Amino acid sequence: MTTAAVSRSNGLARKPLAEILDNRNVLAFLCMLPAAALLLTFLTYPLGLGVWLGFTDTKIGRPGFFIGLENYVSLFDDSVFWLVVFNTLLYTTVATVLKFGLGLYLALLLNNHLPFKALLRAIVLLPWIVPTVLSAIAFWWIYDAQFSILSYMLEKMGLIDQYIDFLGTPNNARASLIAANVWRGIPFVAICLLAGLQTISPSLYEAAALDGATSWQRFRHVTVPMLMPILSIVLTFSVLFTFTDFQLIYAITRGGPVNSTHLMATLAFQRAIPGGQLGEGAAIATAMIPFLVAATLSSYFGLQRRKWQQGESDG
Amino acid sequence: MAETTVDNKKAADSTGMAYLNTLPRRLVTLYTPLAVFMIVLLFPFYWMAVTTFKPNEELYNFRENNPFWIRNPTLANVEKLLFNTNYPDWLLNTMTVAIVATCLAIFASVLAAYAIQRLRFRGAQAIGLMIFLAYLVPPSILFIPLATIIYGMGLYDSNWALILTYPTFLIPFCTWLMMGYFKSIPYELEECALIDGATRLQILWRITLPLAVPGLISAGIFAFTLSWNEFIYALAFISSSENKTVPVGVLTQLVEGDVYHWGALMAGALFGSLPVAILYSFFVEYYVSSLTGAVKE
Repeated sequence: MTTAAVSRSNGLARKPLAEILDNRNVLAFLCMLPAAALLLTFLTYPLGLGVWLGFTDTKIGRPGFFIGLENYVSLFDDSVFWLVVFNTLLYTTVATVLKFGLGLYLALLLNNHLPFKALLRAIVLLPWIVPTVLSAIAFWWIYDAQFSILSYMLEKMGLIDQYIDFLGTPNNARASLIAANVWRGIPFVAICLLAGLQTISPSLYEAAALDGATSWQRFRHVTVPMLMPILSIVLTFSVLFTFTDFQLIYAITRGGPVNSTHLMATLAFQRAIPGGQLGEGAAIATAMIPFLVAATLSSYFGLQRRKWQQGESDG
Repeated sequence: MAETTVDNKKAADSTGMAYLNTLPRRLVTLYTPLAVFMIVLLFPFYWMAVTTFKPNEELYNFRENNPFWIRNPTLANVEKLLFNTNYPDWLLNTMTVAIVATCLAIFASVLAAYAIQRLRFRGAQAIGLMIFLAYLVPPSILFIPLATIIYGMGLYDSNWALILTYPTFLIPFCTWLMMGYFKSIPYELEECALIDGATRLQILWRITLPLAVPGLISAGIFAFTLSWNEFIYALAFISSSENKTVPVGVLTQLVEGDVYHWGALMAGALFGSLPVAILYSFFVEYYVSSLTGAVKE
C-alpha cells in the first residue's frame, strides 16, 4: 500500500497510462466502477428513497412532504392491508411447504438411475424458464369459469356435477393461485436439491443399509442432514421470491375477488401506480423489508453451517 | 464442475444399491410418480399450443369436440397476433432490451468479479458480501422509487428505462457466478503471465477470460432469460403500446374489456415463450450449472 502510494505521488506525471492502470488499487477501483455505479444509482439509492417515500404523501406528478408515520398509521387501521398481510403469509407458507415437499420428492425420483435422464431434467426445468406471466395466462385459461379443461376432465371422470368457479370465490382463487405458483416453483427446488443429492456419497447409504437402516431411516438420518445446507439456501430464495411475488397474481386475478388474493406487492403496485399514491405504495413495499431481512439472516446462518461442515475457514 | 458431479453420479449409480430394486417395484415407486410429474409440468404448454391453433367454434364447444385435439387447425389466431397487434414491436423491444441489458451486466460483472476475486483489494470480501445481499433485494420493493427516478431522468416510456434498471438484478447474480468461475482458475497461470511481463488487463483479457468462457455463457444466457421474463419494471415504466415488452404487451393489450381472445392470448403466450425455450434447449447444461452454481456458492 505505502510503496504504491509513494510511487504514485512522485511518478504520476512521467508514468505512462498503462503503468498507472496496472496499479492494483487503481485497477480495482476502475473495475468496480461500472457495477458500483449501476447498483448504487438503481438499487441502493431507490432502496433508501423508497423508505423515505413511505414517510411522505408523494403522489404521481406532485412532490410530497414529510408526514411522519401517517402512512403507516392509516395502513394500521386499514382492514384491506391486514387482509393482504394475511394473504401474503398464507400464500408464502402453503406454497413453500408444497413446493419443498413435491420438489424434494421429484429430486429424489430424479436421483435414481433413469433412462433419458438429461431429457427429463430439461423438461422439469421448463416451467421455470418460460416467462411467468405467459404461463400464468395459460393458467388463467385453464381456470376459466366456463371452459376450464380441469372442470371438463373432473366432470368426465364423474367427480363433479358442475364446473368449478376456480377464480370466483376467495378460497378457490387462493388455492388456484397457490397451485400455479407451486407448478412454477417446483423445478427450481427440484433441480437445486438434485444437485445437492448428487454430492452425497453412495457409500454413506451402503454403510447405513449394512447397519440395518430402513429406507425411511436412510432418508431421515443420511439424506436430510447432508442436504440441510443447500436446503436452507434454496428455502431462503424460495421464501423471498414467493413473498414478493407479483406477476402471477397480477396476471391471473389482479387481487380479486374482493381483495382476497392481493399480496403486499400487488397492493403496493395498485395503490402507487394506477392509484397514484406513491407514498402509500412505498410504505406498503417498505413493510415487506422486515420479512426479507429475517429470510436473509436465515440464509446467512445456513451459509455458516455449510462452511463448518466442509471444514473450511475462509469463504 | 457440474459435468464432474454428473459423471460421479453415473459411476455411483452403477455400483450403488439400485440393483436391489426389482422392475415391478420401480414401476410403482419410480416411473408412475415421475410420469405424473411430467404430465402436470408439461400440460399447460400443451394446452397453450392446442388453444393457439384451434378455431373458435371448437374452442368454445367441448360437447361436440374432443378438447384435447384439434380437428381443423387454423392459423387465424397467429395471424391476428402478428398483423393486428403490436406483437412484432414487443418482440423487437424485448429482444433489444434483453440483449443490451445482458451485455451491460456481463461487462460490469466480469470486471467486478475479477477485481473482487483476483485483485484482492482492501475490503474485497465485504464488497462480495454486499453484492450477494443486493441479489436478495426483490424488484417488488424497488419499482415505486425507481419509477420516480426513471421519470426524473426523462427515461420514462423508453427502452433505456429497462436497459438501465435490469442490470440491478443481473449484476449481483452474474458477479456471484463469475466469482465462482474465477476462483476455480489456478492462480499460477496468472503469475506466469505476470512474470512474462503482461499487464493485469492483458491477463484478464488473454488468460482468465478465455478460461472462463463456460461461465460467461452460463451468466449470459441466464441473464438473457431473466431479462426476457422480467415483468414488474416493464409494467411500471412503460406506457405506450409500441414500447412494451412481450409479457406486458400480451397481458395488457390482448384483453379488450371483458372479451378475452383466448386463441390470440395463447398464441402470444406460446410465441413469447418459444425463444427462451429454444435457447434453453441448446444450453440446458449451462442453465443447470448456473442455477445450482449460484445456490452452492
